[in-house]
Amino acid sequence: MNGMSLGYVLVRSVILIVLLMSAFAYFMVMERKVIGYFQLRWGPVRVGPWGLLQPLADALKMLAKEDAQPLAADGLVFHVAPALTLFVALAAFAVIPLGPALHIGGFLLPLSIANPSTGLLFVLAVASLGVYGISLGGWASQSKYALLGSLRASAQMVSYELALGMAVISAVVLGGSLSLPRLVAQQSLHTWAFIPDILGFVIFVICSVAETNRAPFDLAEAEGELVAGFHTEYSGFRFASFVMAEYINMFTLSALGALLFLGGWNGPFGLGPSVWWLLTKMALYLFLFIWIRVTFPRIRYDRLMQFGWKVLVPIGFLNLIWISVFVVGGGWR
Amino acid sequence: MEKYLDIVIFTVAGALFPLLTVVGTAIIRRRYPDPVKQGAYESGEIPFGDARVRFHISYYIFALAFLVFDVESIFLYPWAVVYLHLSRGLAFGEILVFVAILLAGWLYAWKKKVLTWM
Repeated sequence: MNGMSLGYVLVRSVILIVLLMSAFAYFMVMERKVIGYFQLRWGPVRVGPWGLLQPLADALKMLAKEDAQPLAADGLVFHVAPALTLFVALAAFAVIPLGPALHIGGFLLPLSIANPSTGLLFVLAVASLGVYGISLGGWASQSKYALLGSLRASAQMVSYELALGMAVISAVVLGGSLSLPRLVAQQSLHTWAFIPDILGFVIFVICSVAETNRAPFDLAEAEGELVAGFHTEYSGFRFASFVMAEYINMFTLSALGALLFLGGWNGPFGLGPSVWWLLTKMALYLFLFIWIRVTFPRIRYDRLMQFGWKVLVPIGFLNLIWISVFVVGGGWR
Repeated sequence: MEKYLDIVIFTVAGALFPLLTVVGTAIIRRRYPDPVKQGAYESGEIPFGDARVRFHISYYIFALAFLVFDVESIFLYPWAVVYLHLSRGLAFGEILVFVAILLAGWLYAWKKKVLTWM
């Protein structure tokens, strides 16, 4: 690798990070707006026209806030944990392709940082490291609320990761590859994977809500009982890191859901492939996240674990059998 | 291998982002240390003891159960990749046996009340 291509990757990396950060900022506005309208109020309207400058104000506030740290906290781990969470969330996005490579004047612009043949495995492996940042952050804070929140988060995330893995495997069976572009290509040959694999898709949606610790599965930060869960003692930019990581994980999982089950960048009704299709599907998926959040009350912790282990895991196994029957029966050719 | 090098470059850039932001904005941040502020937050009460407390054994058991099933599900990935290209009786029979063993383990865990939150 020479300096030229190194610089090229670096430029694309910086662009992607900036894109992810602005997407995070404006998704926050969208979320607050949507929740506002669901609850018959306006959401943010004060900063800028229609509240559109709200993320700038929030970012400025977060950066200027005092970086408080409990005296009893484990200094090194306390500082590393939020950075680790954010770093892992960003790294998982590296192999997500946002569309087919663009040709701009004979110049090939791939829409992912890298496209290894085991991309899907890489996303899952890196995304599951996210639990470290959360559990370490809660432990290092030396606060009982934070410790309980991080314990809950770890137990919940590992439990739902299992069912998530089962749903992903069923999509891999239909695609016959671990490379995300090839999974999309396979779906353009046949039909979108969620049609035979609707159970897998539903499991994937439920688990993606649980994996990102979003309501109604936000037991890790249940404000009614644990104040703020694992980030109780965090403030300022370190707190913002946890929030950013949560939202970037949502982007990763929504992109993964769209790529695996919803045909990726293929258009519906035989319309041609485009980046915009994938972005539309991601936006709808993210809207679903918000919709679920405003609709369902938080479930009890024992119910959460039982639902994961006694409902989602066996359905995931049986769905795998159904998909293999479907493939053996020639349903895919 | 080059593809993975690209990922490394991206992750380094991703790691630098939180680092530079924290360091770069240190000028506009003030620090007013205060013993109350630097204590653990316990809903406004005076905190007692530290957080190195015993916690529920269930978390540990769930972690063990997860480990077992996660390692087993790793074996499913190679099968899933080639299944479409084999797609005949033998591979199907193998997955039936494998999932049956998984389900047996899962039922055993249920019977032993591992999956029940106590």
